[in-house]
Order: sequence, then structure tokens, then C-alpha cells
Amino acid sequence: MKFLRNYLNKIKPNFEEGGKLHAFRSLFDGFETFLFVPDDTSKSGVNIHDAIDSKRIMSLVVISLLPALLVGMYNIGLQNALAAGTADTTGWFDMFVFGLLVTLPKIVVSYVVGLGIEFTVAQWKNEEIHEGFLVSGILIPMIVPVGCPLWILALATAFAVIFAKEVFGGTGMNIVNVALIARAFIFFAYPSVISGDGVWVATESILGFGSDVTVDGYTCATALQHVANGVEITGASGAQLSVMDMLFGFMPGSIGETSVVAIAIGAVILLWTGVASWKTMFSVFVGGIAMCFLFQYALPENVVAQVPFWQHLILGGFCFGAVFMATDPVTSARTEVGKYIYGFGIGAMAILIRVLNPGYPEGMMLAILLMNVVAPFIDYCVVQTNISARAKRLTKKN
Amino acid sequence: MHRVVKISKGLNINLKGAPVAEFTSVAPAKFYALMPSDFTRITPKVVVKPEDKVKAGDPLFFDKENPELQFVSPVSGTVVAVNRGERRRVLSVVVESDGKFESVEYKAKDILSLSADEVKADLLKAGLFAFIRQRPYDVIAAPGDTPRAIYVSAFDSKPLAVDFEIALKGNEEDFQTGLDALSRIAPVHLGLCACQKSAALNVAKNVTTTIFKGPHPAGNVGVQINKTAPVNKGEIVWTIGAEEVIFIGRLFNRGKIDFTRTVALVGSEVKNPSYSKMVLGAQISGLINGRLEEKYELRIIDGNVLTGKKTTADGYLGAFSNEITVIPEIMGGAEMLGWIAPRFSMLSTSRSYFSWLMPGRKYTVDARIKGGERHMIMSNEYDKVFPMDIYPEYLIKAIITGNIDKMEQLGIYEVAPEDFALCEFVDSSKLELQRIVREGLDKLRAEMC
Repeated sequence: MKFLRNYLNKIKPNFEEGGKLHAFRSLFDGFETFLFVPDDTSKSGVNIHDAIDSKRIMSLVVISLLPALLVGMYNIGLQNALAAGTADTTGWFDMFVFGLLVTLPKIVVSYVVGLGIEFTVAQWKNEEIHEGFLVSGILIPMIVPVGCPLWILALATAFAVIFAKEVFGGTGMNIVNVALIARAFIFFAYPSVISGDGVWVATESILGFGSDVTVDGYTCATALQHVANGVEITGASGAQLSVMDMLFGFMPGSIGETSVVAIAIGAVILLWTGVASWKTMFSVFVGGIAMCFLFQYALPENVVAQVPFWQHLILGGFCFGAVFMATDPVTSARTEVGKYIYGFGIGAMAILIRVLNPGYPEGMMLAILLMNVVAPFIDYCVVQTNISARAKRLTKKN
Repeated sequence: MHRVVKISKGLNINLKGAPVAEFTSVAPAKFYALMPSDFTRITPKVVVKPEDKVKAGDPLFFDKENPELQFVSPVSGTVVAVNRGERRRVLSVVVESDGKFESVEYKAKDILSLSADEVKADLLKAGLFAFIRQRPYDVIAAPGDTPRAIYVSAFDSKPLAVDFEIALKGNEEDFQTGLDALSRIAPVHLGLCACQKSAALNVAKNVTTTIFKGPHPAGNVGVQINKTAPVNKGEIVWTIGAEEVIFIGRLFNRGKIDFTRTVALVGSEVKNPSYSKMVLGAQISGLINGRLEEKYELRIIDGNVLTGKKTTADGYLGAFSNEITVIPEIMGGAEMLGWIAPRFSMLSTSRSYFSWLMPGRKYTVDARIKGGERHMIMSNEYDKVFPMDIYPEYLIKAIITGNIDKMEQLGIYEVAPEDFALCEFVDSSKLELQRIVREGLDKLRAEMC
């Protein structure tokens, strides 16, 4: 430890103003504060500070995402084996390693592109690196299908970081969720790699892991697509999916979104540490359930509306969105009352889009993005009640 | 029975080094200083020069904008220095004590026969008016104003704060006289803590007493105003510290200036934290010598750990300070991977640390910021420790963006920087909230006055 600290102290002058490596100051700064807690002491105001900082908060979110990511990796291998008909002969470890090999390049691409932009901007604006992308960088690979090409992922990440975040002023200033903007970019610019039947299951082996799917033009839809088409919900092997498959996430879908159980573990970590607001999370589910019941009653002819509400909640990205996306403190409503309204709106909109939009079976992404945009208005209204109460107090006195 | 107000939002910070209810005798200091920066936003004009002889109560400087507002010497002796900083700004006026503690003589007066203007005139003449602050803007009150009310908080809920009941012992009569004097100017509101049993507080006359229950900042006078009758635009409320009320009482009871305070030396790096009697403005070297641990580099704070200013071992007790706090500047060497390490010794309100498991444990906290400054990321952090009916986050944003209308609408007239101290402590984005609020108040004052 001491050796490392001394070494950093030794090379530090190179990165300071006038040093020959000054162009990499932000990079050095980022790594130094990552390795060691900075020793800066307070100069004004309070003399003591709580030990919590945004690095720790962001790390907690990443930790809470790990269960969903790990199950997602295993699921990639499982779906591949099911599609190739080799599920009985492939061990769970092989399946996991195959999933890891599929996912890792995506994670690396997302981090390299996103952090590269972050470092450049921090250097340019002479600021510290903001940690926000630690979370976005892991979220982006988790919300795309396995079939998404790396170059599209890189393009989407760059677009999202630059146009959804940096132009607004960086982490904490963005209006809409960065990871979702990356997904929306792919959704609108390259719809073929994020929807349809051909992208949800990996069909080629990597480094000897996984199996090659020999069926020509193999396709497998997600559960929600089956629902939208009004047919039985089947998995990669063509067999019907059980409720257990749906809960544990053994079905085709975006990499991190399928396992309700793993997401629930993440939710517990987020709620216990207070990083995510239970008010938002809870009201997303309330909104979703309320809308399900409404449609079940109002649209007896619509097949999606007639799906039981619990199935709506455990299929697709509903849980993932509710737990990890809706609760992003920056883009969510910031007032406590506002969080209820904001969450309810997301749940209701997601089901609304699923039921009434025939073109695309999933509505969570668009629902969250829409409510991100509405959130400042919700807060405005909530804060306005405080403002008018104060104004009323003044007129009453006069 | 008094009205009881319960406060649920807030936070008691458990720190090591709270004072025990004992007095440690300290030899009277030789040098005393009055620092204009303690009297927020006055423009000092010094009226003494080195070698001048002064008594306690003789003016050292006055405010150029309100010339009748004068700031007086706390002791008798000789002026030894007028220290100036950049652009000849007055930093301090230092007086060497002659050890006699002689005061300018005033007439002892029967308060209840005096009018408001007479009380004001006496306070101004004796330099005691300088201890009265006002809301809005949290600056020294203007003598020409007529306040709606005067608020006195008789308890300090900040971590490691002085127990006012200990300071009050033996001064009960002066305290009541002080309250009587203030009540001639405007209705006086006295804020008590449920734990205070002293008769002088509970049956104080000529005041409206309210009892506040709950964690810090229940003892902040700003919270007490907000919970009883919030400050509206155009209104002026005065506030004064409980111990300064005793100074006023001494003036009218004995016709003398006596700035003797009960000062606590507290903090994790103090051996045997306890109380001492000291005169305002005294050099603190006599108080701290030989009583500090030498394990770490130390931060000596003039005042409370949340609101006080960093000072030096030969610094002076600030005009409004009744404690000197000593904590480590930096504890331990290079700390690795702090963002993920369990860090069992760390105090935090976040459950990503473990201090929530041990609510009774007392912590040693150093002066490190423990993170870099960021934009506001988390929501509801400030609200949890901010009991006023104000949206702190939105008010801060209005101040940062310089939006005067929004500041007014969101209630900036009701707050002082100290009300944001807890928010600043818990803030994961590490923003300097007290500085931001101070700048906002200054900006508004420049626009409005």
C-alpha cells in the first residue's frame, strides 16, 4: 500500500499544470481517487463530513446489478444450449462461461467508449471524473439483446454519453436516463438488432464454449412477443415456459432483464442502503398493476390486456426498469410526493404501451424516458404548493 | 404548561469528546482580540491605535454604515495591535489585559421602567447591541429597525455543544434581567429543550416559552422561529444567544460590562474535555496548553464542529463562540479503495457503512471531506435532516443559479447558513452549502437594501 502511495506521489507532478503528462491529468486523478481516499480537508463550512460519497453510492448500484448480470450470463449459455438441443449435455459452468464470453466484450466496449468520453470531457473542463458512468456503463450491456453488434453498442454509448449527459453538464445534470437513451438510440436507429425474433439467443459458439445452432435462420421470440402475438409462451427449445422459468429468468430477453429473483436481490441492496427510493419502486408496481386491472376490464378483446397482471410484471423489462432505471435519483422526481406520481406514471405507461401499441411488445423503456421528461414538471408542481403556501401566509398577514 | 413542538427530522452526531460537567480553572489570558469578521457583514472603522488605554466597554471599532453600532473592548488594558490583511481589511484589534478587568461604569437601572428606545440606546452605548443578529440575512441587527419578535434559544443541540444550564448556574438573575430588557423592545420567545429542568428557564418571566423535542437542529434558533411563526418577507426578527442575554443582564443589574463566558474545550483530541470560565476574545493558548493529544495533526476550531472556523493554537475565542473544538485534521495514512472497503471506524448516515449497527458508539471524525465535489445526485438527503417547511435542495439550486425571485419564494428569508450545516455534513455530493447560503443571503441583501 505504502509503496503504491509513494509511487503515485512520485509521478504526480508529471500530471500537474506544466508537467509533461498534463494532458492525462483527469485520467491520473481518476485512478488516484479510485485507489486512495483523497486527503483534502474541509476549508469552509462544516469541519466534519459524513463518510458517504458518490463513488460509494455508484459502487453500490453496480454491486446490486451483479446478481442480475451473473444470472443473465448463465441464461445466455442456457438459451444457446436449448436452441441447439444440447441442454442435457452441457454443464452449468460451461453455460456460464459462454455467457461471460458473449457479455464481456459488450461491457468492455461500453466502458471504454463511455469512460473515454468522460475522461476527455473532465480533462477539457478541468473537472474531476464523475462516477455516474460506472453505473450507466454496466447498465447498457444489460439492456440489449445478445445479438447486438459491438459497433452499434459503441455508437449508442457514445451518443448517449455525449447528447444525453455531457451537453447538459455531466452526471447529476442530465434530464433523461443515459443508459436508456443508448437503448433508445439502437431502438430507433437500428431496430433490427433490438427487436424481432432473431436477436435474443446466441447461435454461435465461442472459443469452444457454447454450441452452434444448426437450424438455418433460427428464430426465437421473447415472452412478450409471444404474448403480443397471442400464442403460447415458449422458450428457446420450443417448449412451454413455466412460471419458475419466468421468475428465475430462464427465457430469451435482454441480457440482464430476465431474472426477477436476481433483480429482487439487487432491489433489497438498493433499498436497504437507501440508494434507491422505495417510494418510486413501489409506485411503479402500483401503477403497473392498476393499469393491468383497468385494461382487463375495459378491453376484453385485447389479448395482451387479458394476460394476468403478475405475468405482466415478471415478463420483459418491467422489474428491471422499476428497480434500476426508474429509481435513478438524477432523472427521477426529486420531491418525495413527486416520487409517487412519477413511479405510478411509469408503471401505468409501460402497461399502456404494451397493451395498446401493436408495433412493439415492450413499453418500459419508453415509459421511463417519458416520465424522465415529465419529472421536472411534477417536482415543479410539488414545490409550487410550498411556494403558494408561503405567499398565502404573507397575504394573510397583510 | 408551555407549548411543546416535536421535531422529527434531524440528526444527532455522536462524537467523542463531549464535555463533562466540571470546571477546569484557567489563568486569565494576557491578550484579547475582537475580530470584525465575527460580526457578519459590518464595515469596521477602528477608533483606537496601539498604545491607547481602554477599559472594558470602550469602543474599539464601529460600523461605518450604522455608526451608533459599536464594538467594545472585552477587558481593560492597552491596545497592542490593529492587524490588517489584504486591502487594509481589519482582521483583529488586540488588547493586552492589565489584569484588573475594569469596566466603564454605567448606571444600574430598573428595566421595567425603561422604554424600548432607552433600552436600545443603553445596549448600543455598552456595545451589547452588536450581539443581536437579525433574520432575514443573518447579519448584525440594524438599530433603527423594529423587530416583530426576539428569539432566544436556551439550548444548543449541535454535537459536543455547551450545556447552557451549566453556563446559567449563578447567572440566573442576570439572565432574567436580560430577558426583561429585551422584552421592552419586542416580544421575546424562549426556546427550551425538554431535558432542561432549571427553574430560571422554565418559569422565566416576560417571555413566551416553547419546548422543542427532537434531534439537532431543534436547538437552532432558525428552526424554532420556523416552527412557531416563520419570518415573512418584510418582517424582521432578532435573535440573540442565551449567554449574551446574561451579558445584557449584568449591564443593567450591576452597571458593568462583564463578558465572562462559560467556555468548553471539547473534541476527540482533548484530554478531559470540560468547562472553563473565560472572557470573550481571550487568546486560547492558555486554555488548550497541555490538554491536547498529540497522536495526529490537529484541527483547532473556534466554535462548534459544524459551524466553527479553523483557528490556530495562539488564536482567539470568537465573539460568538463558547467552545473550542479539537479534532484530527487527517486520521491515518493513505486509505485504499475507500469506495468499497467496509471502513468500520467511519461515521455515516448511510447504511453502506456500519455505524447504523452501533447507534450508541461515539466516533472520532477527522476533517477530511472524504469525497470529491459533485453536482447534486441523490435526492432527499437534505430533507431528512432539515426540519423547516422549506425545500432545501430547491432553495440551494435557486441560490446557485442566482435566481432572486425563486430564493424569496422558497423561503430564504427564514434561513441562516447554520441551518444548512447538517445538510452539508450528510451531503454525498460534498457541496459547501453554508458558503452557498451565505453568498445567497449577501446577494439578496445587496439587491434589497
